Amino acid sequence: MTTNNATFRTEMIEAREAPNQSRGVIGWLRANLFSGPVNSVISVLVILAVAKIAWLALGWAVFDANFLGSSREACTGDGACWVFIASRFESIIYGFYPEAARWRVDIVFALLAILIAWLAIPRLPQKKWVALFALVGFPILSWILLLGGVFGLEHVPTRAWGGLMLTLTIAVVGIVGSLPIGIILALGRRSKMPFVKGICVLFIEFWRGVPLITVLFMASVMLPLFVPGNIEFDKLLRALVGIMLFWSAYMAEVIRSGLQAISKGQNEAGQALGLTYWQRMGLIILPQALKLVIPGIVNTFISLFKDTSLVLIIGLLDMLAIIRAGLTDTNWLGFSTEGYVFAALIYWVFCFSMSRYSQYIERRLNTGHKR
Amino acid sequence: MSEATASRPTAGNDTPMVQIDHLNKWYGDFHVLRDINLTVTKGERIVICGPSGSGKSTMIRCINHLEEHQQGSITVNGIPMNNDVKRIEQIRRNVGMVFQHFNLFPHLTVLENCCLSQIWVQKKSRAQAEKTAMEYLERVQIANQAKKYPGQLSGGQQQRVAIARALCMRPEVMLFDEPTSALDPEMIKEVLDVMIELAHEGMTMLCVTHEMGFAKTVADRVIFMDQGQIIEEAPPNEFFNNPRSERTQLFLSQILGH
Repeated sequence: MTTNNATFRTEMIEAREAPNQSRGVIGWLRANLFSGPVNSVISVLVILAVAKIAWLALGWAVFDANFLGSSREACTGDGACWVFIASRFESIIYGFYPEAARWRVDIVFALLAILIAWLAIPRLPQKKWVALFALVGFPILSWILLLGGVFGLEHVPTRAWGGLMLTLTIAVVGIVGSLPIGIILALGRRSKMPFVKGICVLFIEFWRGVPLITVLFMASVMLPLFVPGNIEFDKLLRALVGIMLFWSAYMAEVIRSGLQAISKGQNEAGQALGLTYWQRMGLIILPQALKLVIPGIVNTFISLFKDTSLVLIIGLLDMLAIIRAGLTDTNWLGFSTEGYVFAALIYWVFCFSMSRYSQYIERRLNTGHKR
Repeated sequence: MSEATASRPTAGNDTPMVQIDHLNKWYGDFHVLRDINLTVTKGERIVICGPSGSGKSTMIRCINHLEEHQQGSITVNGIPMNNDVKRIEQIRRNVGMVFQHFNLFPHLTVLENCCLSQIWVQKKSRAQAEKTAMEYLERVQIANQAKKYPGQLSGGQQQRVAIARALCMRPEVMLFDEPTSALDPEMIKEVLDVMIELAHEGMTMLCVTHEMGFAKTVADRVIFMDQGQIIEEAPPNEFFNNPRSERTQLFLSQILGH
């Protein structure tokens, strides 16, 4: 037999199952928490600390807390006294909206919830029409319902709006308005036309360069000084426009970062197929770019949502402002912890929902082209 | 040679499909295309080769205005090119293009990739567009993957989809910009087979490629470019066996040397 270095295989190796690794809860614990003496000690200490903090927090918020009652006298426990929140609950939700007309706010809330759920749950049909209604019909309907003054509805001036209802109004208008304006600005900033590009850069850099508080202050205090006295814009409307423009500048930069991540070849392929600029942007570039920057967009939404509380400085009483106003009530002095914890909880629920939904959407839109 | 020619459909009548006259282009101060003259008749198959940076891609990208030129004129299927957006879109409807990196739309399925421009540019109904798309996907033998996303296909499959996508617009001319350069060696043949079939059907083709076997099999003319100019232009037989310019000889010895 001749000896040489050449070898060859006559039978292919079949795929085998991976070797049995430690699985299950015990396996996970051993691998992640108790992989050695030092790690075990650290794990135990951290678990004890977390348990202690959770126990204290729960004790304050639930076990030692008072829930029922109508006045300060009901606060007998060592923990929180949620009676304070309960007694103010209506105004936290509706602000100074007249009690007889609050059903109108309820309808808008309910519609908003239904629309969001409808658009968010993939199984429900007729998305196109629902989206159209959400963007056109719903704002008009809400405006009529909330403001009144027509169809025999009592007029409720915006200065009577407040609480969560005002917070949501500002947040929803801000979110729905800033996204499309941001898209236009982002596309404009990447335009080859120097005039369009210049305007967009100027706009974005101006609005990004000033603090939101200044924007609100300008809109509320300075603007009326510049326009003739007989023209009067609604204060809320001015704040809404200010917030929308301010956040659209941030949105534009988030979206631009997404546009820049799309390879030039995508646009060229669209060009070669004869698609127009707006078709290429709307059908090819934006769907990909927006998907890439969902985390950034939702991050901006969350910032926007929380910063609605800044309208306090121009005298609009959003949810946080109403709670703070309640704290100065002489009957309820000393309940600021409950007030702020409750406010934090509400903000957190909304922001966390947005965050979870964005993660869900990201997973859903993944078409396996990530490398 | 005579046999090879006989198997091809006769290369068109003399209608110029693409006419390039005194084309000059600069990137800033760099003169990338220098006085290019080229006439491609209907049904002609042109292979363009040359070292990298010689301007071959830039030249074919000028034909559908992916690149803007500064001097000279381009006429495609009787439509003279100018800077008018409508005119450019009209020309692009006549010209299909296949890219080195496929450039499929990753957020759309294979079928949607093929239907998009039919629906939006040709204003066809979805059903009609899908029918045409399936026909061409069938022809490039990838119809069974129509519901998949490009990211789930191999490079060769993606490039075949890209060819089908371009053909769905029923173009008069096809431009191929190094269609096999980004492919694994095992996948080059499946793409070349599709291109050869297309050539035999009489499609007017301009191919930038280094696949010299392909050039020998299907090209009516081989064009060699260097430093932004056309150095040599000859039928493949003459080009490979008897190149006249020294630069061409050197290039051929480099790529055929192994």
